[in-house]
Amino acid sequence: MIINHPLLGPRDASEFAYLGDVGIIDRPTDWQADDSIKNFVEYGYLRDNPAGDHKELWYHEQGDRSWLVVTRNTLTHEISSVEMARDVARSRGRGK
Amino acid sequence: MTREFRVNGGLVDRSKTLGFTFNGKAMKGHPGDTLASALIANGQKLVGRSFKYHRPRGVFTAGSEEPNALVELRDGAFTEPNTRATVTELFEGLSARSQNHRGSLEFDILSINDMLHPFLSAGFYYKTFMWPKTFWEKVYEPFIRSAAGLGRLSMQEDPDCYDKGFIHCDVLVIGAGPAGLVAARAAAESGARVVVADEDFLPGGRLNAETMEIDGSPGHAWAATAAAELASMQNVRFMNRTTVYGAYDHGIYGALERSRDHIGDSGGKPRQILWRIYSKRAVLAAGAMERPIAFGNNDRPGIMLAGAVRAYVNRFGAAPGKKVAVFTNNDDGWRTAADLAASGIDVAAVIDVKNSGHAADIPGARHIPNGKVVDTSGRKCLKSITLNTGEKIRVDCLAVSGGWNPNLHLTCHQRGRPQWNDELSAFVPGVELPAGMAVAGAARGKMTLASALADGNDAAVSQLESLGFSISAPDIPKAEDEPVNCTPFWHVGESSSRSWIDLQNDVTVKDVKLANSEGFRSVELLKRYTTLGMATDQGKTSNMAGLAILAEARGSSIPEVGTTIFRPPYTPVALGAFAGRSRGRHFRPYRLAPSHEWAKSNGAGFVTVGGWMRAQWYVQSGENGWRDSVDRETLATRNSVGICDVSTLGKIDIKGGDVGAFLDKVYSNTFSTLPVGKVRYGLMLREDGICYDDGTTARMGENHYVMTTTTANAVLVFRNLEFARQCLWPDMDVHLISITDGWAQFSVAGPNSRNLLKKVIDPDYGVSNESFPFMACGKVTVCGGVPARLFRISFSGELAYEIAVPSRYGNSMMAALMEAGREFDAIPYGTEALGVMRIEKGHVTGNELNGQTTALNIGLGKMAGVKKDYIGNVLSRRPVMVSEDAIRLMGFRPVDRSRELVAGSHFIAMGDPVDMKNDQGWMTSVAWSPHLGHSIGLGFIKRGHERKGEIVRAVSPIHGMEMDVEIVSAHFIDPQGERLRD
Repeated sequence: MIINHPLLGPRDASEFAYLGDVGIIDRPTDWQADDSIKNFVEYGYLRDNPAGDHKELWYHEQGDRSWLVVTRNTLTHEISSVEMARDVARSRGRGK
Repeated sequence: MTREFRVNGGLVDRSKTLGFTFNGKAMKGHPGDTLASALIANGQKLVGRSFKYHRPRGVFTAGSEEPNALVELRDGAFTEPNTRATVTELFEGLSARSQNHRGSLEFDILSINDMLHPFLSAGFYYKTFMWPKTFWEKVYEPFIRSAAGLGRLSMQEDPDCYDKGFIHCDVLVIGAGPAGLVAARAAAESGARVVVADEDFLPGGRLNAETMEIDGSPGHAWAATAAAELASMQNVRFMNRTTVYGAYDHGIYGALERSRDHIGDSGGKPRQILWRIYSKRAVLAAGAMERPIAFGNNDRPGIMLAGAVRAYVNRFGAAPGKKVAVFTNNDDGWRTAADLAASGIDVAAVIDVKNSGHAADIPGARHIPNGKVVDTSGRKCLKSITLNTGEKIRVDCLAVSGGWNPNLHLTCHQRGRPQWNDELSAFVPGVELPAGMAVAGAARGKMTLASALADGNDAAVSQLESLGFSISAPDIPKAEDEPVNCTPFWHVGESSSRSWIDLQNDVTVKDVKLANSEGFRSVELLKRYTTLGMATDQGKTSNMAGLAILAEARGSSIPEVGTTIFRPPYTPVALGAFAGRSRGRHFRPYRLAPSHEWAKSNGAGFVTVGGWMRAQWYVQSGENGWRDSVDRETLATRNSVGICDVSTLGKIDIKGGDVGAFLDKVYSNTFSTLPVGKVRYGLMLREDGICYDDGTTARMGENHYVMTTTTANAVLVFRNLEFARQCLWPDMDVHLISITDGWAQFSVAGPNSRNLLKKVIDPDYGVSNESFPFMACGKVTVCGGVPARLFRISFSGELAYEIAVPSRYGNSMMAALMEAGREFDAIPYGTEALGVMRIEKGHVTGNELNGQTTALNIGLGKMAGVKKDYIGNVLSRRPVMVSEDAIRLMGFRPVDRSRELVAGSHFIAMGDPVDMKNDQGWMTSVAWSPHLGHSIGLGFIKRGHERKGEIVRAVSPIHGMEMDVEIVSAHFIDPQGERLRD
């Protein structure tokens, strides 16, 4: 596969390490909530397994060390978008 | 050389002769021959024995689809089994042997299997070897394996080398037949970067095997000119002997170049090269393959595909027989008859399943319309054929044509499904193709020469336009559309003898019908039950007939039955080619510690840890085994001073305004409160609450920390820190850089460590206990101005420091430390002594941080209990993780001090039976403590902290060992840590 890195252009998938669903960004922020264990269990263990578009985290380990959010069709491996994970994280409300 | 089986013409160089051997017999051929054509030219019809019945078999095709003519090439360690003689380029001195027979090729003892055929039908093994169950692995399978099967491995290391390469192009053209050459010319003339890959050593595809003309010259001459022109262009890479074996994601293709298979001695250069081709567009012009017709005893040597017979005569000037009959269901079979007659070979008869009206075409040949071959005779070579009328015709070669199938294999590699085409009676590429691929020529069902040429041009033009090239393609060359009418006809129903479909797997018409009647009615099940279409040829000549006969037996149509699809590789690829240079010592990269050269020249042996070669222990003269060395290193360190290269630990420089807050998130304990100039031990958890990694982190400045990780986790911790920084807390001002390779770091441990360091650290820097206390850190210079970082930390439990210098000084630093330590009898120590000392001290490593244990388990529950948000905090508080019954890290010593503990032993309370129910924990690490003079261990045991002094049993059923051990503190030396602070 080839991942079109937003900063570096097309790079071979072998330069990257795969992590998983983009939801791993959404770490629960309230660690003291009454249901925090339930929230963290869901965050840590429950994933969708779509047949189709999947937003997922890839790390350019043999490159510039950017984490990327890649939208890949799990049936065809077609990649429809590649974003910087930091931008995605900010757009999903993450900060300090 | 006998000229008996040579005819005039052909594309072999008759001015030169090549000597080779087959089963030890000397034979001769010419440059341009394949092994198969040379065998045919030498009159060698019998070339191998079949897989299951050990039937005599001969060459069946003239290409990579060959099911029969599999041979062992070369000798000794160079032996390569299952090589197709039809694609093996002949070279001087080639040594080939037939395979799969016991005794000689001519008298194979296992041909007894052929007599037993009534018992050996499809599913025979499944039905027969059912019981006793235990016999399968020990008796049946080994016997069946030795009786069946193909070639044998040499069982020696392959002395050849293989390489890998990467190519980028705009257009990849797969196949250099007429369609491929036209497509490549259009792409090349339009300025695209073009790769042309063709599996043959002679470009041209079928043009080399035919007598057709293009632009008024022989087709093969046109192809030679076109290929030469392409090869001379700067923007074209023309790759002969290169099979594109797989279509992968995003326009990436796998190709195998047999760069030196055609040279006797590879001269140490790569024999084969595995290419990864990155293409923007691809044109698949792989041509078509002929398919046979099944009839009684249709597997005898001398029975061949008609197109192959034509290829041997036209291209190689080799005659597969002296008297030939043709059995065909289509116009193409007639072409074979015509070409043979033109070459002076006696064509006895053309048996056509229909009445095609070609009768006048072949002078001297009988035309038998509406005829069928029902049986044949001749054990090691065809002698005669029997027609449905009962008439026998004496021939030594029968050319069979059942029509042609497009070579659409690569179109299926992304799960594309072929479509049935009634007009061709064949599957053609489906609608869904791998992204960027177009199919052209016969591979797309354009079976005539003129249509294939036009199609190649069209495919290239549309691909180039989609890439934005302006087209400047040459004119499409002129050729004729030859007749290709085909009447679907798969097998002769009148045959009472066995009719073979899959020659490589010995699958017959009867087997397919049996599978269907037993319920294996889907094509996928049929394949697995009968093995139809498996092994090296993957059913290239047999799949179609198998489907047709299954359809007939089911009473449905071929498209209803469907087809199995194809996966990579298109043709077999040697594992050596996939491995390339990643073998032996180079299987994966390894790294050398900065003081490697010093260690090597001072008696060190090495062990691989996390990709690094680390000194394991240093042998001194008079030492008898590793324990002598390790005990000496341990005692010398505890008594005076020892030095160990610890550069392999992960080192990460962290800078920024929010580093303290960031470290509080990733470590279970607090770092924002760490004063500048101090070091703290840190424990990282995974988000699920399990211990992940540990190390020390030093605060070098207000906004500057240096973290260390374990050697094994260095890469992963860095990756996770980047994830935390970019994805979890993207607005934190934190910057990371790995400095593992940048700094050489040495542990200087033992009561004389300070005295030693005073001699190398420049006098501007004080290292007294007051100015540089336990857990201090700072920047210093050594040896007259070399920048260094000093940390007062200890893994051994002794007064100890770690000193880091830029890596380029590492080897000299080791030498300088040893020189300065001479007066203290300083010694270098390796990872084993390091391990002994950490067990004596009760420090954890990977054995304890094994991905199952928590901070509570390893005795750091209080340290991690801080009230703050950090990775792993919430889930480490799950009830099951903090149960009263949780295992605790403890020390263990044998009650009988003379006994040696065994790592991996499980703890059972005294009196309890040894079973899983009573398992209380396990021993993680053991060592001989030279300090205490007996064996010691670390391990986890339930409620261990409340059980000091209790005796339990350490049991290791796999060692057949059991002993009584006492639970003690995990700190075997200096439990109060006084030495550290001294």
